[in-house]
Amino acid sequence: MELLLQQIVAGIATGSIYACMALAVVMIYQAIHHLNFAQGEMAMVSSFVAWQLMQWALPYWAAFAATIAISFAGGFLVERVVFKPLQRAPVLSNVVAFIALFAILNSAAGFIWDFSIKPFPSPFGTRPLFGSSLIGAHQAGMIGVTLALLLALFLFFRFTRVGLAMRAAAENPASARLAGINVGAMAALGWGMASAVGAVAGMLIAPVVFLEPNMMLGILLYGFAGAVLGGLTSPAGAVLGGFLVGILENLAGTYIPVIGSELKLPLALMVIVGVLVVKPGGLLGRAQVQRV
Amino acid sequence: MSALLDIRGLRAGYGAADVLHDVTLQVAAGGVTTLLGANGAGKSTTLRAISGVIRRAGSIGFEGRPIETLATESIARLGIAHVPEGRGTFQRLTVAENLAIGAMPRRDQAQVRADFDRVYGYFPILKERRDQAAGLLSGGEQQMLAVGRALMLRPRLILLDEPSFGLAPLVVRNLFAILAQVRRDAGVAMLIVEQNAALALSLADQAYLLETGRIVLSGRAEAIAKDDRVRSAYLGA
Repeated sequence: MELLLQQIVAGIATGSIYACMALAVVMIYQAIHHLNFAQGEMAMVSSFVAWQLMQWALPYWAAFAATIAISFAGGFLVERVVFKPLQRAPVLSNVVAFIALFAILNSAAGFIWDFSIKPFPSPFGTRPLFGSSLIGAHQAGMIGVTLALLLALFLFFRFTRVGLAMRAAAENPASARLAGINVGAMAALGWGMASAVGAVAGMLIAPVVFLEPNMMLGILLYGFAGAVLGGLTSPAGAVLGGFLVGILENLAGTYIPVIGSELKLPLALMVIVGVLVVKPGGLLGRAQVQRV
Repeated sequence: MSALLDIRGLRAGYGAADVLHDVTLQVAAGGVTTLLGANGAGKSTTLRAISGVIRRAGSIGFEGRPIETLATESIARLGIAHVPEGRGTFQRLTVAENLAIGAMPRRDQAQVRADFDRVYGYFPILKERRDQAAGLLSGGEQQMLAVGRALMLRPRLILLDEPSFGLAPLVVRNLFAILAQVRRDAGVAMLIVEQNAALALSLADQAYLLETGRIVLSGRAEAIAKDDRVRSAYLGA
């Protein structure tokens, strides 16, 4: 019983990271209707930026805040420079651009910071929380920071003018333009925010998986699984899906002997394929129906 | 005379093909103008060209300044509200959020709040349903919402694309009564594209007849309503 509870809590902790990645993927999907394969690499570069700032003797939370700002600007720029010119291009052109971005960021990180594995500090420490064996302090911190981030995003989208304009632009771009909303600028904002959300996820998971250019590969895959499970058209669904995938991953790794820790990653692919076969819209999303 | 909207020699179309070949029309400040014509004549295309949704050439002047090179969102911010074909509802947002989107370019928040009440006054059903997802409204209610969204801009000109399309006769009559009232209250000019020619002519002061991308007839609405060609082809008399 204690083991089960432990595994669920640990699942929620890693699930919070998957939820962030899933949310970042969905935010960009809402804006441009493509999956950002480079979302993980963007988060990885953000984590390296944070590490570099701390090497330059910035305290943790200052580096954390600066990294969010830098990541936002970076995501905004990527949209303006790379994807805005491609907005009317065929799907494959976009896919190629995503793969190129992936390769460039991955190699550039290796070139600048090399491929050796680096430790990344946790502001919460690694001791058990309040001396209990249920959850570590860093795990609790991951959950806490994620929940605070999600609440802030919810309030932003629900109660601010810009948040409303972004939702309008995502839902009906043609009508949003007629209402005077600059849909292109909203897409760039969405990229910036997705990049910033990914940065938070990267900085939170880096103490667990350690810092190296390939650190986000598996995590993005789980993020995709979460996004698909919850529904690519639903930000709330993506968050829910991310948490569920985290719990599922931990329980399956613990209780299904065949899976263990080696076969955890295919589990993410099984979730993706399973959802697409059974309920393509995901738990909270809407199935895409296209008239031809 | 300087018109509010002054279109001269407008050509526009989709892809490589022109739908409009030579359209010249004016809308007076505070006036209601209707654009009649058969399916495919280019009525909706004219409105889309004004809003810059499609490729266009020629001259379009609004309040004396050229707008034919501006982006759609900049044209909207000048005070041209476009109620598109299909109503342009933001289905998953609430009714109140849909109205707030209409006021997005405005900065005068106190007056925006007053305009919510004004729109709810015209369309009480929208007030009742303000917290519901707009996609749950009936067709008629969504058309009211589209007109309400346009009014939230405090526009100088409203472009209405087939406002009666797919609506029950009673709902249509109600909607046009409110459009007439809006015109009296706010002095806002309208350019209406309408398949129901009799209805449109009853509200309009000026009318134009469009055939295969060209204006073939124009004049006072009462005169156009008496024209033999219009009567036999569009009024079923």
